[in-house]
Amino acid sequence: MEERILYNLIQVAVVVAFAPLAEGVLNRLKEIVQSKRGPSIFQPYRDIWKLLHKDEIVSEESTWIFRAAPYVAFVAPIFVTLLIPVLTRYPLFLAFMGDMLGGGFVLALGGFFVALAAVDTANPYGPMGASRTRMVGFLAEPVFIIVFFTVSFVAGSTIPYIVQAVWVSPLANFFAPSHVLAMLAFFMLILAEDARLPVDSPSGHFELAMINKSKGLEYSGRGAAIMKWAGSMKLFVLLVIFLNVLVTPWGLAGTMAIGDVLLAIPLVLFKIFLFLVVLVIIESSLSKLRLFRITEFLSAAFVTSVVALTTSASGL
Amino acid sequence: MSDPVASYLMHLNAMAGGLFLLAAFAIVATRQMLGCLRWFVVQALLLAASATVIGIAVGSLHLAIVAVVTVVTKAMATPWLLRRTVRRELYSRREISQVLNIPTSLLVAAALALLAYAIVSPVAALETGAFVEINLSVGLAGLFLGAYTVAVRREAVPQLLGLLAMENGAFFAAVSIAPDLPFIAELTVAFDVPVTTLVIGLLTRRIHERVGGTSVGLLSALREK
Repeated sequence: MEERILYNLIQVAVVVAFAPLAEGVLNRLKEIVQSKRGPSIFQPYRDIWKLLHKDEIVSEESTWIFRAAPYVAFVAPIFVTLLIPVLTRYPLFLAFMGDMLGGGFVLALGGFFVALAAVDTANPYGPMGASRTRMVGFLAEPVFIIVFFTVSFVAGSTIPYIVQAVWVSPLANFFAPSHVLAMLAFFMLILAEDARLPVDSPSGHFELAMINKSKGLEYSGRGAAIMKWAGSMKLFVLLVIFLNVLVTPWGLAGTMAIGDVLLAIPLVLFKIFLFLVVLVIIESSLSKLRLFRITEFLSAAFVTSVVALTTSASGL
Repeated sequence: MSDPVASYLMHLNAMAGGLFLLAAFAIVATRQMLGCLRWFVVQALLLAASATVIGIAVGSLHLAIVAVVTVVTKAMATPWLLRRTVRRELYSRREISQVLNIPTSLLVAAALALLAYAIVSPVAALETGAFVEINLSVGLAGLFLGAYTVAVRREAVPQLLGLLAMENGAFFAAVSIAPDLPFIAELTVAFDVPVTTLVIGLLTRRIHERVGGTSVGLLSALREK
């Protein structure tokens, strides 16, 4: 029992510690693709460290929501980490506290508070970004629900630890059409949820075209550091859910031995690295969609998930 | 044949089916002419893959021939012919006009696919093979989506692709129902495809020369000189 609690805490530590690294690797890879050298992969840590030591300025017009939002956004991915398999194949202490839908709600709570905070300061760009994020969000919601239905329909459960085992036992299940299509739909969902290309340009500096970035423009000092950290943790958690629950549980610890659990850390990071390479290829080869074409992108994701559901419901 | 291998083949065929359906959706929804053509080629390759997998599972040489013929006529000859005959259409007109906008169109297409599943489910309950169940429903859905493409697109080339996608769907269902279709029937269909492509391609070119566009939706009134 103590071990399960300990491993649960190790999972949280891994997510908190390595999330900025994933972002740094992603940025570096993108620069390399563009034939540049790029910043060090540890640059996000330095940015966070620097911002933590700067003065924070909070608008007098803002309310407590503005001050609370970074902390809510920071804590939400940590709560989700307690529910999902990051390092182990067997359920940990808090695994049965919430299912995948619950995890989705907790993540959405963080996003909700960030959107509220963006509206709170009455900076003209904040509400614009917030309303666009909501637009993408409500178009992504049905896809999320249907992917979730498909997965739980196949696995007969909504607990991520149980779902992940279904895809590789027997191994032929990995090639099941519902699995492949659900993966594809969820991948498109990650691109939309984390404001990646082709939905939003994460490296854009033009406020009028921003979707995600403009929500955090008002933050400075410690608030900005925590927002930045929270953003990278959200991406990390989404990737972990995608890679460990929906794709495969390969590389996760199967026994209670602490050595196995620690060995799982580099294996999971390697899986994430492979995924980041794919993400970089996509980000470097696609251009940003016009705002009203995002509906087309997400309706394609929706149809993919519906096809996944029909193929799984017809017993394939 | 050992059981795990059979299970793999079934899942591979099912995956080809799922991706085939996805390609059919993509033909409905792709905005660009060349992209539409590429998805059609992907669909033809998936049809060939499914034929190969079923051929291995049932041990039928006919299906291997079907796969080869499909790759040659649909994945190689059709794009080549289209590029020869309607080059200007393919490369200069990038965006295709649609009767409905794309999200609505995709929802209608999804409803059609569900309808195909609903129609096939009582038939599939009679049969015992897993291949028939997958291929019949996906093939019928492919047929419907091809017909829908013909209905919803306003341009000649995508309409031709919709027609050929219908044919793909019919074939996808046929390879599972009749693995030992007489070879002559397959050959006839296989020759039909390039000929259809050639005829429609040349016709489109003539229309383009006379009218200056191939938006079939605008060609509603007869004109006398």
